[in-house]
Amino acid sequence: MLIRASTRLMQSKKRENMSNKNVVEIQNLLKQFPVGGGFFTALKDVNLQFKTGEFSGLVGPSGSGKTTLLNQIGGLDSPTEGSVNVLNMDLVNASHNQRADLRKTKMGFIFQSYNLLPVYTVFENVELPLILNKIESKKRKELVEQAVEWVGLTDKLESRPSQLSGGECQRTAIARAIVHKPALVLADEPTANLDAKNSHQIMKILVNLNQELDTSFIFATHDEKIMEYLKRIIHLDDGQVTQDDIIEKPKMSL
Amino acid sequence: MFKFVLNGILRDRSRSLFPIIIVSLIVALVVFYKGFLVGAMGNMFKDSAVITSGHVKVMTTAYKEERQMLPNDLALLEVDHLIADLSQSHPDHFWSPRISFAGLLDLPDENGETKSQGPVFTTGIDFLSENSRQAELWELDTRIVSGREIRHFNESLVSAKLAEQLGLSLGDAVTFVGTTMDNAFTTFNFIVVGTFDLKMGPVDKQMMLADIQGARMALNMENAAAEIFGFKHDMFYDDKNSQVLRNQFNKMHSDTSDIFRPTMMALRDQNQMGTMVDLADVATIIILGIFILIAMIVLWNMGIMSGLRRYGEMGIRLAMGETKGQVYRSLILESVIIGTIGTFIGTAIGIPLTWYVQEYGIDYSSAFENLSNNTMMMTTVFYAKITPDLFFIGIVPGVVATVLGTMLAGRAIYKREMAQLFKELEN
Ligand SMILES: Nc1ncnc2c1ncn2[C@@H]1O[C@H](COP(=O)(O)OP(=O)(O)O)[C@@H](O)[C@H]1O
Ligand SMILES: [Mg+2]
Repeated sequence: MLIRASTRLMQSKKRENMSNKNVVEIQNLLKQFPVGGGFFTALKDVNLQFKTGEFSGLVGPSGSGKTTLLNQIGGLDSPTEGSVNVLNMDLVNASHNQRADLRKTKMGFIFQSYNLLPVYTVFENVELPLILNKIESKKRKELVEQAVEWVGLTDKLESRPSQLSGGECQRTAIARAIVHKPALVLADEPTANLDAKNSHQIMKILVNLNQELDTSFIFATHDEKIMEYLKRIIHLDDGQVTQDDIIEKPKMSL
Repeated sequence: MFKFVLNGILRDRSRSLFPIIIVSLIVALVVFYKGFLVGAMGNMFKDSAVITSGHVKVMTTAYKEERQMLPNDLALLEVDHLIADLSQSHPDHFWSPRISFAGLLDLPDENGETKSQGPVFTTGIDFLSENSRQAELWELDTRIVSGREIRHFNESLVSAKLAEQLGLSLGDAVTFVGTTMDNAFTTFNFIVVGTFDLKMGPVDKQMMLADIQGARMALNMENAAAEIFGFKHDMFYDDKNSQVLRNQFNKMHSDTSDIFRPTMMALRDQNQMGTMVDLADVATIIILGIFILIAMIVLWNMGIMSGLRRYGEMGIRLAMGETKGQVYRSLILESVIIGTIGTFIGTAIGIPLTWYVQEYGIDYSSAFENLSNNTMMMTTVFYAKITPDLFFIGIVPGVVATVLGTMLAGRAIYKREMAQLFKELEN
């Protein structure tokens, strides 16, 4: 499949995201969950920086804290100790509404189970972030069509999620995550429910978007196929970072 | 955003159709139930109104003071004129004169000697004038045990108990012995054309019903009456309405200290009926309150269930940057839309249903057949009543309860950590 993007629009977006600042800065992060009478430590001593445009992944066995860390970055949960800075916002001291606003304007989320809204069409699902961002309807249509074209679903605009295959659902979810051209996309096990062919297709789309839009991606995964595309692999074990590798030449690329 | 929410409601049947059906049903039930209760309570007073109190009644102030003694010497005069006045100024009521009097009833043998004799309590009622509804109101067709209704001013109906006591048979001429309005001795012959049973226990033990004209002749009370009963045309006792009428009337006639000036009493002013009326009101409110409470619990649960089902949607919307408040408000907006539609439909079902039972009643007579022996009078047909508030009462369970239920159910959004919503969304 050929994935093309309208380059001029993207270049302006590119400059905007191209500050030398880190998109994410995490310092001395500790996250504990109350369990029974005591605490369970899900993350400990986490110190990480992510630069603009990175295509990185949190890798580790199930239960190692990948989702917990993504939730911290997404401002969906607050740390027990330490600081989390995302896109120049100190999440620890930000209000619920400020964090929501940051997610709305500058972040996108992709989940393992797609989480499309079942009663809405592909078009409407992808349109929702733009409605929340109060973009007027003509502009919305334009942006939705563009995003849907990137993921190759132009012929499915009016379909409902129940009429789509798993791969098509995840591509819709990707279009929804990137339609407002966020600076940072968080993807939690995006290929876990997909077969190899669809997984590779999804990853190729995401690599392309990373290059065209200069959007930063952080994955959480234990899928070998995803790792082949990553340019940075951060190993988590028992809530701690055990290894942090830059991959100069990923095995798979465009 | 409104369009987005509306689309969701319209397309997701489990979000719209099912809740709207439930809300409509509950609203229809509440509307009907309220109409039925109010109607049943109002009708509860029908027998009292017909037999002893009217919805309101007019008498002289002096008569009122001593009314236990049936002081007919204090009766109203020029009654035709008074009734014409009342009919004109209160066209929502119809007015009917009454004379109650006590005396002796004497049954002579063929020689004119007393065969049997006993005390009698007679009520003179306007059965015979054109458009009189008294025979209908007294339900004579079901209460007459033998014989027929009164067709002539000197005919009378005697209670079955009194007839048995005196050994009366149909066609007998009986002599009433008593005093006239001017406290003179009088006798008057009535022909017994029927016997009746009020089915209210011993109250009719010594009772005779006569036509008002006969009573007037017996007591020398031409164009006089002890009392003028007023009834609302629909025979539904409306306590507030009657009190207003009574107050207006009494205020209008308060400018003299004439002891013969007319005064009005409402049903509630007589024989402790006020307590009954208040009790009935309280009972209606309590029963309806419990009913609405149950409705609210059902709707609340429905809110929780549909909320649970949609944690996934809430989670993703939070991730997309809606605040908890926005998600919560859109849920409330949905419940307002559903509650409003349900209230409309429910009211549109409940009102005609109530109207039907208002016009035709529900007949319980077969259910009560074994219960009601001859000594007990029970109303066996229940009528509902459409009151103006019936058009709005549905809002309480329909909109208020639905929205309240959703608000309570939706609090889960606030209580839960956002990450927790995602956990539930992964499953
Ligand atoms: N809300 C929570 N309460 C208690 N324990 C939790 C909670 N969320 C996660 N955990 C625990 O934290 C650990 C890390 O979970 P998670 O980040 O989901 O792992 P991963 O995504 O790497 O599989 C797990 O042992 C999990 O049971
Ligand atoms: Mg996980």
